[in-house]
Amino acid sequence: MRAYLDHAATTRLDPCVLAAMVPYLDEEFGNPSSIYSLGRRSKDAIEDARAKVATVFGSRPDEIVFTGSGTESDNLAILGVARQYRALGKHVVVSPIEHHAVLSPAKHLAKKEGFDITTLPVDVFGRVSPKDVAAALTSETVLVSVMYANNEVGTVEPIREIAKTIRDFKKANGRGENEPPFFHTDACQAAGYLDLDVKKLGVDLLTVNGSKVYGPKGIGALFVRRGVKFEPIMFGGGQEKGLRPGTENVAGIVGFAEAFQIADGGRDAESARLSALRDRLISGILERVPKVELNGHPSERLPNNVNLSILDIEGEAILLYLDEAGISAATGSACDSSSLDPSHVIVALGKPYEYAHASIRFTLGRETTERDVDLVLERLPEVAELLRSISPIEVKDGRGGETAGAFVAGRPHWEKPKDSRQEGNPSTPPDASVRK
Amino acid sequence: MTDMSDCCADHGQAEVENRATKERWVYSDTVKDHFFHPRNLMAEEPKEGEFDAEGTVGSPACGDVMRVWLKVDRATDRIADFRWKTFGCGSAIAASSMFALMVTENGGMALAEAVKLRPQDVIARLGGLPNRKIHCSVLIDKAFRKAANAYCRATGQTDRVQVEEGRIVDSRLQITDHDIEEAVLEGATTLEDVQRKLKVGVGDPAAIPEIERLITEYSKKYYG
Repeated sequence: MRAYLDHAATTRLDPCVLAAMVPYLDEEFGNPSSIYSLGRRSKDAIEDARAKVATVFGSRPDEIVFTGSGTESDNLAILGVARQYRALGKHVVVSPIEHHAVLSPAKHLAKKEGFDITTLPVDVFGRVSPKDVAAALTSETVLVSVMYANNEVGTVEPIREIAKTIRDFKKANGRGENEPPFFHTDACQAAGYLDLDVKKLGVDLLTVNGSKVYGPKGIGALFVRRGVKFEPIMFGGGQEKGLRPGTENVAGIVGFAEAFQIADGGRDAESARLSALRDRLISGILERVPKVELNGHPSERLPNNVNLSILDIEGEAILLYLDEAGISAATGSACDSSSLDPSHVIVALGKPYEYAHASIRFTLGRETTERDVDLVLERLPEVAELLRSISPIEVKDGRGGETAGAFVAGRPHWEKPKDSRQEGNPSTPPDASVRK
Repeated sequence: MTDMSDCCADHGQAEVENRATKERWVYSDTVKDHFFHPRNLMAEEPKEGEFDAEGTVGSPACGDVMRVWLKVDRATDRIADFRWKTFGCGSAIAASSMFALMVTENGGMALAEAVKLRPQDVIARLGGLPNRKIHCSVLIDKAFRKAANAYCRATGQTDRVQVEEGRIVDSRLQITDHDIEEAVLEGATTLEDVQRKLKVGVGDPAAIPEIERLITEYSKKYYG
């Protein structure tokens, strides 16, 4: 019996979506730019898809650009808007818990294009405060990007309040609606669970993608409110009004729109169903496993997200044991990343690095049932106990109130403290007692 | 205005690990065996005097801590027992187990031989480790050496103590060759990578050629 609990990574293709896509992988192979009927039909399919997506957003179809991924949509939003308005200012504001698809282009703007980036503070749950956004805005700000819901710890951000804060700033500074600063949100994880009505949210740009909504991989969409301009990041023919050239992935676009519409249509029921499973999983683990801490907001949280730090043991090791037990999950441990960096999200919450190394994420989805929750509750306690018997450490139980920089059990050996030269390699860290 | 925090993943690594899709390396059967059936685990707290020496390396903040206990037969200078506890990933646990097996099998390795073991020997017995996991095998080696040194000091064999002194490469920032070695083991391949890993800027520009030479040297040493 396999329990797939990594839906935040990707989701299985909905059979209805597959059925909708197949013609465009088979006899309907026309290039949408061609003048003959085979091409026209592909073109119609794309425009029907665009209209479907617009219905979910409550936007106009011409406010939607299809791209090759959520990452590409984020890049287009960040780079495209920043470059378009750089004559008016070169300041961008982001949260520290954004996906790398937002942070990396922002970092690129800072390193190579002379932009200033402000990283907002977050509380211990990862929530951005609209007050902090207001404090960060300057006359030079062109873009603010805060994700709707975080992929790692599930925290939902106060998007409407942040949008209002930016609107108020513009009013106070005599800026029109179509002048910077603009507000972008990455909603890839929110899709299928939260309301994506762009007018209600008050955003200028919004990213979604196919692989999180039981749609195909290799498709993203970007909502750009009419009146907001942006430079393309790719150059070629005239597809997508020249904003994202390249022969369209017709099957992908058709599939994405179908999946997106299905997911949004079922969101209230699915959110209710998964919230109950999520809460039973969280409370069940907290009951059965000692020294466990929830990461992310307890209530302003995605219905499908469970992220916990199981102290004294390491995430990859936990995943290997869970895999043997038929459970697929994820971790924020450094050992399981290509860069050997611990999850920047958990670190941004102000938690000690140990909490990142000990973190496990379960993200539920359509195929998740009570049996999956039962399986985890059955196996995880014994895995934790076993790995704790192998582990020599006992991390002090930090309470969530600590802010960034409170490294309970010592800094990692590679980090040189900026002010002190004396600190050597802590092989027996100050506060984590090695069991005597 | 606060600086953009440095938090982007490495690029240009031959082995692509996608955090989102969890596409991961393949562990050899030997690694899996030692992970799921670890040998020579220190099950309970040892009694007073049961072992001759111990050593602890790593830090919880790094995600790796290894604590080892060593017992040597003084008459034969052979390792009578070697046990361990590890906080770390699959590779860390498997490397600890394999190292313990290597030094205790066949009646126990002579201490003089055991100190000649290199991380590469452990990796070979494990059937290979992914590049970014090589540092796990280095860590168990360091833990052993710490315990071995403690044993030699405790038994008055100070001539056998192996001292590893870090040579300072960047005097302004007090970066040693060991720091570079650690950074390379943690996946750094360029000067920029090392600076990111060590979270420092350029202290002494004159040190750059030496830092780059060390990066090349350690990359060759560990990754071939």
